Amino acid sequence: MTPSISTANYLCIGCPLGCRLEVDTAEEDRIVEIRGFSCKRGKEYAAQEHIDPRRNVALTVGLRGGALPRLPVKTSAAVPKARVLALCAALRDLVIDAPVRVGQVVAVNPLGLGADIVATREMGVG
Amino acid sequence: MISSKPAHLQGVYDVVVAGGGPAGLGAALAAREAGAERVLVVDREKEAGGILLQCIHAGFGLHHFKEELTGPEYAGRVLREALEHGVDVLSDAYALDVLPDKRIKLMSAEHGVTLIEARAAVLSMGARERTRAAIRIPGARPAGVLTAGFAQRLVNLQGCLPGRRVAILGSGDIGLIMARRLTLEGVEVVGVFELMPYANGLNRNIVQCLRDFDIPLHLSTTVVQVHGRERVEKVTVAPVDDHLKPVLSKAWDVPCDTLLVSIGLIPENELSRQMNLRLDPVTNGPVVNSAMETSRDGVFACGNVVHIHDLVDFVSAEAGLAGRWAGLAAQGRRPPEDNVRLSAGENVGYCVPHSLSTEREHTVYLRVRKPMEQSVIRLSSSDGRFTVDKKVRYVFPAEMINLKVGPRMLQNFHGDALRIDVLPR
Ligand SMILES: Cc1cc2nc3c(=O)[nH]c(=O)nc-3n(C[C@H](O)[C@H](O)[C@H](O)COP(=O)(O)OP(=O)(O)OC[C@H]3O[C@@H](n4cnc5c(N)ncnc54)[C@H](O)[C@@H]3O)c2cc1C
Ligand code: SF4
Repeated sequence: MTPSISTANYLCIGCPLGCRLEVDTAEEDRIVEIRGFSCKRGKEYAAQEHIDPRRNVALTVGLRGGALPRLPVKTSAAVPKARVLALCAALRDLVIDAPVRVGQVVAVNPLGLGADIVATREMGVG
Repeated sequence: MISSKPAHLQGVYDVVVAGGGPAGLGAALAAREAGAERVLVVDREKEAGGILLQCIHAGFGLHHFKEELTGPEYAGRVLREALEHGVDVLSDAYALDVLPDKRIKLMSAEHGVTLIEARAAVLSMGARERTRAAIRIPGARPAGVLTAGFAQRLVNLQGCLPGRRVAILGSGDIGLIMARRLTLEGVEVVGVFELMPYANGLNRNIVQCLRDFDIPLHLSTTVVQVHGRERVEKVTVAPVDDHLKPVLSKAWDVPCDTLLVSIGLIPENELSRQMNLRLDPVTNGPVVNSAMETSRDGVFACGNVVHIHDLVDFVSAEAGLAGRWAGLAAQGRRPPEDNVRLSAGENVGYCVPHSLSTEREHTVYLRVRKPMEQSVIRLSSSDGRFTVDKKVRYVFPAEMINLKVGPRMLQNFHGDALRIDVLPR
């Protein structure tokens, strides 16, 4: 008897092409085949999305003494999708002092999700 | 912020660039690389970098920098590259006019109204958003109705939230991005309403901005009325029929205190109009040849001012071309003549450039009018004797198509006009 295969559909968010991905799984969600990707990134994304969906997050934190009141930041690595809102809530009251360099870490591994928060814009003293 | 004030403004430049977004900064860099010595970029904002400074999300640069960057990172890099290559960047200054002799009229707090001599000019003023007035929703004019891009500026640069319960009209990318951005800030986004039967933004944004947060997307639905006197209290939405007419008998009310309008961008072309440049009625941008030169010799254009790009990477590619030819034109070298006119045919909204040469390699950018699954892009001569097809998978109005056209593809073509159609296979 052939094992029953089920197919899950995802849309790749790896780049704007938006390839339509299909993940075939057999018993106990074991991945047997991935189709529809146009590059390696898409194949990896499909597997990751099926097992443990993660997202990169971009947001702003407060900036003190800078030319603008907000500093744009991002996660240094993707965090579990289900924890994205909690992460943003945890950072809501964070305020950083100017000046700031691009790439500067403004929070170390908040909520223990395995990602630092880094600045994405240079901000001088305003 | 990266300091962007030239030590002193010179009176004569080889190339002056109006607008310091990625298009203008990229063009300035390319002009320097092509040998132009004195290059000036003028931008009206406090800091050059353009609209990307408020687009704090990632997704930029995969093509151009081979790395995924956020908007501010991308803008910061192009600004730094330009400054490192000796480009003068003057922020807080408006480009008011480019005179027929190419002198540029500027206005800035620091220098007042000044005329600068230039040998070539690049227009890269970007785009602005269509507003609610452009679509005429009935109802009062309470506070709480704003464009998605303005909301983006408020939230990301000023740190102000536009409201607590937000409805979004239009499924353009900026609206989708803002649906997620506001959700991350703890604002409730009650839904996105789109007039057309398909979304206007990129699929990846539907997935990561709406579906990730269970924000409903109502297709074939529009806002028919805004309620509230001082402040928005609710909006009435209704499905539309096949002729896009709202079916009022099926309307329903959506309580909210804010309506964001995300219905697309239009090129910022006051300056081009003032200069009497030939404009394309579909793109609203200047007509350009394959060197990105406008109808006026020595005046080039690139980026969103020519046509709306959804990806800044392609803006940078176009800027490289415009800047290079502007730099060469400043040294007395004219771009080679084009010998073929290009026009938009079946299911093609527009194509840029508007002409090309059978001798060189080109990238032609086009947008379809409606989505199509399995399709072909066809280039054909008016007498139908020459046709060449290129298969494509899915085409959407939201996704710009770029088509490589070169001498090999056109080797059997001998006319002076080509038409582009996108047809079912
Ligand atoms: C609200 C908004 C959100 C966007 N989000 C995305 C996104 O998420 N991803 C993406 O890839 N693309 C996005 N885009 C498209 C984006 O505009 C392009 O990718 C890119 O930034 C276009 O570059 P540009 O240089 O042509 O225009 P811009 O970046 O708009 O730069 C034009 C510059 O010219 C200046 N200017 C205009 N007129 C004058 C004048 N007369 N004198 C002096 N200066 C002048 C403006 O102030 C501005 O700084 C967005 C566009 C808008 C409007
Ligand atoms: S599979 Fe590759 S090409 Fe396709 S959307 Fe994903 S990243 Fe882009």
